[in-house]
Amino acid sequence: MQTLPHLRESPSQTAGPYVHIGCVPNFAGISGVYDHDLGSKMLRDGVLGDRIIVTGTVFDGTGTPLRDAMIEIWQADANGIYPGRDPRGAGDPNFAGWGRAAANGDSGVWSFETIKPGAVPFPDGRMMAPHISFWIVARGINIGLQTRMYFPDDPAVGNDPWLTRIEHQNRVPTLIAHETKPGTYRFDIHLQGPDETIFFDV
Amino acid sequence: MSDGALFHRDRGWHPTPLSPDYKTSVVRAPHKALLSMNTTLSEETGPVFGHDMLGDLDNDLTVNFAQPGEMAIGQRIIVHGRVLDQNGRGVPGALIEVWQANAGGRYRHAKEGYLAPLDPNFGGCGRMITDDEGAYAFRTVKPGAYPWPNGVNDWRPAHIHFSLFGPSFGQRLITQMYFEGDPLIPLCPIVRTISDPDAVSQLIAPLDMANTVPMDARAYKFDIVLRGRRSTLFENRKEGN
Ligand SMILES: [Fe+3]
Repeated sequence: MQTLPHLRESPSQTAGPYVHIGCVPNFAGISGVYDHDLGSKMLRDGVLGDRIIVTGTVFDGTGTPLRDAMIEIWQADANGIYPGRDPRGAGDPNFAGWGRAAANGDSGVWSFETIKPGAVPFPDGRMMAPHISFWIVARGINIGLQTRMYFPDDPAVGNDPWLTRIEHQNRVPTLIAHETKPGTYRFDIHLQGPDETIFFDV
Repeated sequence: MSDGALFHRDRGWHPTPLSPDYKTSVVRAPHKALLSMNTTLSEETGPVFGHDMLGDLDNDLTVNFAQPGEMAIGQRIIVHGRVLDQNGRGVPGALIEVWQANAGGRYRHAKEGYLAPLDPNFGGCGRMITDDEGAYAFRTVKPGAYPWPNGVNDWRPAHIHFSLFGPSFGQRLITQMYFEGDPLIPLCPIVRTISDPDAVSQLIAPLDMANTVPMDARAYKFDIVLRGRRSTLFENRKEGN
């Protein structure tokens, strides 16, 4: 039999407790090597859309906040175009789409200043509800966790082609942020327990 | 038109998320099954990193934190290789970020408690962007092994942490590079979260004497593979999407 030419993806290893040194060295107190930490600023003046804050905490199975987690997010611009490599065209030049934040070393809280994303099509052409993709790494997490945050009170959430594929609809609320004050969304992530966030193999 | 869906991850090749011998994973690994989905634009797209964002010394850890005229202490090495996708193609423009302990096994970090000394001329971070062929290289000192609080006497083999950012957010990967011949590799509870010995081998860089710089630095070769993309022969998509 012929063999397939595909290579194996390099296996993941935990980011460990010192991921900050490599990814957010200024946050870790290592200054003078890079002028700023990548992903610390997602938008510039003139950015299109509604400015929002997305904040939260990652909790372990005992309910303890992860103080060493690093979170990355990726989202479309206000028109639903992904900056950079979207095959449908160029996005808002004042919007990066990608952000990276370290959890606070004492409280475990992380946050992003961003804008509310527009809707993006599912592969079959139906529109997905506006959402933000998350990637979470930390000590004790052997392969980065992928999830999505959706917005509350968004009528499109009920018909979202991604969310409606989920068998256990009673878990869908784990993917929906809470608006704690106008323009501020809280999205807590639970690694285990009754409120365990849905994580995707995608 | 998208470039095509990403290959599904082979989760059996990756480490087991809940690995009792790596104690922290017990409370941090999800208990419920991951929900399997096909990728969408949200996973298939990603930001662009330009070579212009790099400083001249970003890929030289021996000097990028050192005082003028000084250098980090340790065995000088060059680590080089290519970032490939699962189809064997080089991945140009991939952002690689690396971090490591100093030659004595000590990290420059507020939460680090090992008694080995800091090197005043070593920060421990570096970064680069792959060239048109997916190739990269950096210079550093060989990190030391270090003890860590897990079992009563667990030591990490010498390793360099790698963060890989290819063209798609769904390809995001963090891993670690180990060094050929290190007897601590098979003892390490973090290495042992990977069950297939061939998968472990994929993370061990061989000594590459051919690329050593005489009287300067030995070389280690480390290739990294990111998720591939399906070809777009029969995409399940409506026209115009
Ligand atoms: Fe380490």
